[in-house]
Amino acid sequence: MYKDEVPQDKNPILAGERKAMYAKDESGNYVVVPSNGWEVEETVTSLALEEYQLKREQAYDRACKGMTSPLEYHMYANRLNIATLSQSTGIFQWRIKRHLRPKIFKGLDTKLLTRYADAMGISLEQLAHLPENK
Amino acid sequence: MNQLNITKPIISKRATHPNFEHRHAAHCETGVVSSLLRHYGLDISEPMTFGISAAMFFTHLPFVKIEGFPLTAYRQIPGAVIKTIQKNLGVKFKLERFRQPQAGTAALNQHIGDNHIVGLQASVFWLPYFPPDMRFHFNAHNLIVYGKEGDDYNISDPVAEFTVTCPEKDLQKARFVKGVFAPKGLIYYPTYLPDEIDLTQAITKSIRTVTKRMLKTPVPFFGIRAIRHVANKLSRLDRQDVDPRYAKLFIGMIVRMQEEIGTGGGGFRFMYASFLQESAQLLHNDQLFEASELMTTAGDTWREFALLGAKFCKKKTDINLSQLASAMHQCADTEEKAFHFLDKIKFR
Repeated sequence: MYKDEVPQDKNPILAGERKAMYAKDESGNYVVVPSNGWEVEETVTSLALEEYQLKREQAYDRACKGMTSPLEYHMYANRLNIATLSQSTGIFQWRIKRHLRPKIFKGLDTKLLTRYADAMGISLEQLAHLPENK
Repeated sequence: MNQLNITKPIISKRATHPNFEHRHAAHCETGVVSSLLRHYGLDISEPMTFGISAAMFFTHLPFVKIEGFPLTAYRQIPGAVIKTIQKNLGVKFKLERFRQPQAGTAALNQHIGDNHIVGLQASVFWLPYFPPDMRFHFNAHNLIVYGKEGDDYNISDPVAEFTVTCPEKDLQKARFVKGVFAPKGLIYYPTYLPDEIDLTQAITKSIRTVTKRMLKTPVPFFGIRAIRHVANKLSRLDRQDVDPRYAKLFIGMIVRMQEEIGTGGGGFRFMYASFLQESAQLLHNDQLFEASELMTTAGDTWREFALLGAKFCKKKTDINLSQLASAMHQCADTEEKAFHFLDKIKFR
């Protein structure tokens, strides 16, 4: 890749930041070239973000109908899934799955809820409820 | 004997932060290690750090899941750079880990009070200076802290173009997350640099390690075999029982590992080509120049694959999976050629 081939597609995900790329200059020597993004990166990152958003919205709808607990919504809203939430809280996956049932979630003690809230960086109050908007 | 510039003494007279120079790097770990070494007296570029630590790789582990997808990586696992650079250059790093977040913050503040410049491991998700859409739960990000003003740390994050700041509370959170690659408050800094470094040997050794890994691993999880294995997997993704959304996300994940996370483009292949070029100049070895050209071609081929992959994810054009698979086989071919060439180079 040559210096002038380094994409400058103004990827909005980078929010104005530039990343360092290695490319050749006119004389064929490698140099660091700042790039404000490539369309390819934007596509694949948005794809990953969309996936979380989709799951979050589905969880919101199901939580409104009482089919799942707010925990599932907050999990996806914070870009976690059952596997990663389990890793960052140290709670077994089968227990998390159990806590997704609204009745069981309501009965959880503060100690356990605090572990969830800490892993997501939200308050206990936030964790117990759904926000007004998806 | 080829030598790097070493200004001594380095450990007893640690430079204060006004002397610290932030340099924009492609990758976090190599960026931090090269910046720390440079600051403490060993002037070494990022590609050189990447090359000598033999971090160049390709791995595909179906039994390790990242966000529900098999781990596909273009480099060695996080932590390998610090580990291997010590072995191959003879430098020594001190690594400090903590059980208690408060102890970790206290130790960091102590280092800053002493004007030490240290590297840290932290989770990207909790770093407020990262663009919101880039914040995923990746725990093995690396950065340098070079000072503190009031409650804010002065941070040189190698993947950021300029220095940034981060409040104490947020950095503590980012340093003590749990899960895969949990940082455990890791602080690291060089404590010893040798008087002389035999660069010919360090470069030769690291190249040998990489070529061996890439070409001669007998299992399909590492090296060229892994690339072909993934390519074959791609061609099978259009079976009836595979969810089309899964196929898209799987390919998206591979391209993200190649381009989105700081790799310098082409899944580190351009950075490795840069290392080979620098080595060729240092060792006056024309064959290494040629190897660098071949590695650049490999990088370009990977970029083409990424472009196709993104088009597939967008579903705007009719790219099919067998086209993607053959693009990846192409990557395997060009890369295999480059590594075979590297493998045959005689250094002495």
